[in-house]
Amino acid sequence: MSEPGKYQPYSYFQLMEISLRELLVEKGMLTEDAIRAEVQAMRGRTPERGAKVVARAWVDPAFKKSLLENGTKAVEDFGLEIPGLKLVVVENTADVHNVIVCTLCSCYPRMLLGIPPDWYKSRNYRSRMVREPRAVLGEFGLSLDDKTTIRVHDSTADMRYIVLPRRPAGTEGWSEEKLASIVSRDCMIGVAVPAVSPNTR
Amino acid sequence: MADAKFKIGDRVKVRKAYPLGHIRTPYYIRGLSGTIERICGAFPNPEELAQMRDGLPPVPLYRVRFLQKDVWPDYSGAANDTIDIEIFQHWLDAA
Amino acid sequence: MGGLPAGRVERTEHDYAEWERRVDAMAVLLMGHKITVDERRRHIEQIPPADYDRLSYYEKWIVSLGQALIQRGVITSDELGRKIEEVRGRG
Repeated sequence: MSEPGKYQPYSYFQLMEISLRELLVEKGMLTEDAIRAEVQAMRGRTPERGAKVVARAWVDPAFKKSLLENGTKAVEDFGLEIPGLKLVVVENTADVHNVIVCTLCSCYPRMLLGIPPDWYKSRNYRSRMVREPRAVLGEFGLSLDDKTTIRVHDSTADMRYIVLPRRPAGTEGWSEEKLASIVSRDCMIGVAVPAVSPNTR
Repeated sequence: MADAKFKIGDRVKVRKAYPLGHIRTPYYIRGLSGTIERICGAFPNPEELAQMRDGLPPVPLYRVRFLQKDVWPDYSGAANDTIDIEIFQHWLDAA
Repeated sequence: MGGLPAGRVERTEHDYAEWERRVDAMAVLLMGHKITVDERRRHIEQIPPADYDRLSYYEKWIVSLGQALIQRGVITSDELGRKIEEVRGRG
C-alpha cells in the first residue's frame, strides 16, 4: 500500500482504531497489555494447529472417531486450547468431498486455524460457493467428477467447520509431523486436497 | 434437549419470512425443504443477541441438509450434491 | 449473499497490519463485555451499501465496534470525535 520510506498519514479508520483503543483503556474496559497479549495469541494460531489434528486423525482411528462425534472435545483432549470454538469436523471419503463457506459474513474456526484468507471473506466466494461449488473448486484447481458428491457447509450459526481430508496414497509409514506438513489451510477449508509432492517424498 | 421438536432424519421446511434486524437464516433457503442431519445443541437466539438482549431461553439449532438441485433451478453439478446449513428451530416447520 | 451472481474468486491474501490485528484483538476482548459477534454483525449489516463495498474487512469491523460502543453508552459520539481529532493532531 505505501512505498517504503514514504510517510503515510493514518487513515480515518486507523485513527478510529487508536481512538477507540485509548478511550477503552481510559475507561478501564481494556488494557494495552491485554490487547497486546491477544494479538500475540492470535499470531500463534496458525493452520499448523489444524494440520496436527488431521495428522493425528489419520494415524489414530479412535481419535478420528471421537473427532467426528464431537470436534471440540476431541481437540481439547488432544491438548489444543480453542476457547469458545464449537467445532464440527466433516470427513472427505472416496465418494464425498466437503467444502466450507460462510455466506452471511466470514465465520471460520479461528481459534484453531487463525485468521481466514481474504478470498474466503470475499463477496465472490461467499456468493458462488453455495451455488456453483464445482466451478469455484475448478478455479482453485480442484476438479471432481460427478461420481463424487459435493457437500457445501454454510456456517450460518454457532458451529465452525473444518474438513478432514483423505490421507493420500504414498504416505504409508510417515510420522505425524510429516503428515501434518502436507495438510494446508486450503485442504481444511475444502478448496484443496493434500498431495504428495516430490519435495515431501 | 427437552424442547427439541425435530429429530435426525425429519423432513423440515424453512419458513418464508422477511423480518428486519439481524437474521441468520439465508435468503436463498427460505421456503425450501430439507432433512435434519444433526442436532447441534441449543444456543441463545442470535436475532436477540444482535439487539443487545440475552437471547434466552436457548433455541435448538439444527444442521439441515438440502439437495442442491432443490435449491438452485439451474444447478449443474451432481444430483446428490448437498448443502448443509445451520437453522434455528423457530425458522423450521415439519414438512 | 449466497447464490447471487459474482465473478471469479481472486485468491488474494495479505499479511495483516498491526492495526488490523488490534481491531481483531479488541473485538475478541470486548466479548468479555458482552459485545457479541451477533451485535457486531448487525452493525456491519447496517453500514450503507456503498460504504460496505468500499471499506476493507477491518475497516468495517472498527466501524462496527465504534457503533456498538456508542449505542451502549460506553463512549459518546462527541468523545469519539474529539479523540480522533486529538490523535490526528499528534502528527
